[in-house]
Amino acid sequence: MATLLVRGGRVVDPSQGIDRIDDVLVRDGFVVAIGHSGTQPVGRVDETIDAAGLIVTPGLVDMHVHLREPGREEDETIETGTRAALAGGFTSVACIPNTEPPLDTQAAVEFIHQKAARADTCNVFVVACASRNREGKELAEIGQLVEAGAVAFSDDGAPVYDAELMRRIFEYCRMFDKPFLAHEEVLELTAGGVMNEGLVSLVLGLKGMPAAGEEVMIGRDIVLADVTSGRLHVMHVSTAGGVAMIRAAKARGIRVTAEACPHHFTLTDESLRGFDSNFKMSPPLRTKADIDAIIEGIVDGTIDCIATDHAPHAIEKKMLEFDRAPFGILGLETAVGLSVTRLVEPGRIGWPRLVEAMSTLPARILGINRGTLRPGVPADITLIDPALTWRVDVHSFASKSVNSPFHGWTLQGRAVATIVAGRVKYRLGGG
Amino acid sequence: MASAAIEPETVPAQWTHRHLLDLERLTANEIRLLLDTAALFKEATGGCRRKLAVLAGTTVVTLFFENSTRTRTSFSLAARRLGADVVDFSASGSSLSKGESFIDTARNLEAMGIDAVVVRHATPGTPHLLAQHLSVGVINAGDGPHEHPTQGLLDIFSIRERLGDLTGVTVGLVGDIAHSRTARSNLWGLVKLGAKVILCGPPTLVSERWREIGVEVSHNLDAIVPRCDVLNLLRIQFERQNTRPFPSVREYAHLYAMTRERLKRAKKDLLILAPGPINRGVEVTAEVADCPQSLILDQVTNGLAVRMGVLWLTCGPRAATGGHA
Repeated sequence: MATLLVRGGRVVDPSQGIDRIDDVLVRDGFVVAIGHSGTQPVGRVDETIDAAGLIVTPGLVDMHVHLREPGREEDETIETGTRAALAGGFTSVACIPNTEPPLDTQAAVEFIHQKAARADTCNVFVVACASRNREGKELAEIGQLVEAGAVAFSDDGAPVYDAELMRRIFEYCRMFDKPFLAHEEVLELTAGGVMNEGLVSLVLGLKGMPAAGEEVMIGRDIVLADVTSGRLHVMHVSTAGGVAMIRAAKARGIRVTAEACPHHFTLTDESLRGFDSNFKMSPPLRTKADIDAIIEGIVDGTIDCIATDHAPHAIEKKMLEFDRAPFGILGLETAVGLSVTRLVEPGRIGWPRLVEAMSTLPARILGINRGTLRPGVPADITLIDPALTWRVDVHSFASKSVNSPFHGWTLQGRAVATIVAGRVKYRLGGG
Repeated sequence: MASAAIEPETVPAQWTHRHLLDLERLTANEIRLLLDTAALFKEATGGCRRKLAVLAGTTVVTLFFENSTRTRTSFSLAARRLGADVVDFSASGSSLSKGESFIDTARNLEAMGIDAVVVRHATPGTPHLLAQHLSVGVINAGDGPHEHPTQGLLDIFSIRERLGDLTGVTVGLVGDIAHSRTARSNLWGLVKLGAKVILCGPPTLVSERWREIGVEVSHNLDAIVPRCDVLNLLRIQFERQNTRPFPSVREYAHLYAMTRERLKRAKKDLLILAPGPINRGVEVTAEVADCPQSLILDQVTNGLAVRMGVLWLTCGPRAATGGHA
């Protein structure tokens, strides 16, 4: 088959401790070598990509994406969602099972795999329901779902409310070494809430969702993960208190990992003052102190990875009264730009840590053979222009929806080429 | 007919807004202009009784997604007093149940050639959303617990009528601050005009966080009554509460109802307001509601004056800008 040479870029691969200007050689869809630039004979090359001035990373992995199919194809489909992923530099996404019907059977997992194969875009890994029909009442057929290819389990969109069931999920998943991805929320504390509880919600008269609503449940799940030796992955951490609890749990050796979303380290609840429902998501935008804590958590590794919680909603659903509009924000096509602009450019983290957070660690948490440019792995590679400044235009998004509050923002850093299994699947400008 | 001399001809140039969405984002001068305009119309209509023709040919729609009789009647009457045509559109559930969004409903009304929409809705920010999607004036007649600017203005108007300048006047807002749009509109208007505001009620209804914007928070009505020049007794909004914020109405009334006993320890000229409908016996006892210091009926008349002023500023003719050829 074909040989591809990505020449002269800054190769950043934390899985091998690599950060140097070098070439990446790909043959027949697999990484062959990271050779010292210009010094090694590579044989016949079918295609060369000049990566001078670009960051060359193992393909980015977003472990928290709502592809909406099956059931809500008016918001997003597997095809449009994965095209949005490619445009954002992601070569792999993990899709969350709160579809209609939810992904709680082997057939449903198979459906996603087939649709993804047909779309022939990026890799789609399936997160399956932890409870049957995502009802939080009894265990889903976790063993058979693992056989079908599920990489993790989650009832995201809702917490697993029954503490005994939660304990069983941790125990049972341990048998397959699969993580439980937790949406942490105490529903009595957030009932009717549409934004962060604080001075802004008080002034706007909107019902608040207190930080405690997230933190109380994080506390419960840390305790249960501890007693079961289960693997807890806390999704979309949004509060300073949550970061502190996860840091303390890690220090005690509890098997907990965590992700944060770009909007949670970029925006505060002040954004809600215009009543624009594009700023409405769950967990909600918090405060400056929470942003600072999340960034600190990313810097010191308390928060392992950056995930988008890409949650498309058709415009007619978002253009409603604020409390009727659904929770959710697009993420795939702005994640790199926001992360570079908010974290790398101000010097909070370097490129190796960013690549670790967006590729190495999500791949490791999901247990997938990605997130590395080690010879022999499928050649998923992302090329990022770290200096490119660009204007976010939702109308040019590959996603089917436009619910991004970042429309019109100027960001720095963007994926310019996305390579999946050795094939260039996306190039900025289509060239 | 009213004397032509005091009828305004055009909207003052200082008023630059097309809508009245909230008081939080208005300046002190803009609030004074609203109050002055209300006073002007109160006088021009002989105490809100006579009819003018200054808005003849203008059509105002009241678009209410929540039940209301008092506010809607007040707006309708105010518009008619100025000569405008009024169409009442009740939308509580009807158009939404057909699957039409409220923005579509409003756009349909706009296409019929109206000049302003007076909107009430249970969701905060809905008037703001309408203002973004419509080209006609939008007047907020209450958006959930957020704001009720004309109620805030009429309360302040009533106080100002009795006390003149509000600088240094101490106003206690008592009761269900959490769910009260009236509280929020009063708060902003009063603070901007230099009054001192005390919010009073149980911690489940009055957040400590209000201190962050520079107002006083108290959970003890007996402690604040002697210091207040004005008490505004807000209705308990049972319909907006998820969980009961106090054990019983009896206990609430015991702690926070304005009674004759509490009145005895107040300043002699304490003014009492209550934006209706009041729950007699809960927020205020009957003898206090009907006492000489009660402005409850003034508030109703002044509501007409304020709404005339607001409608005029929103729909009235603008002077041609000078200096252009």
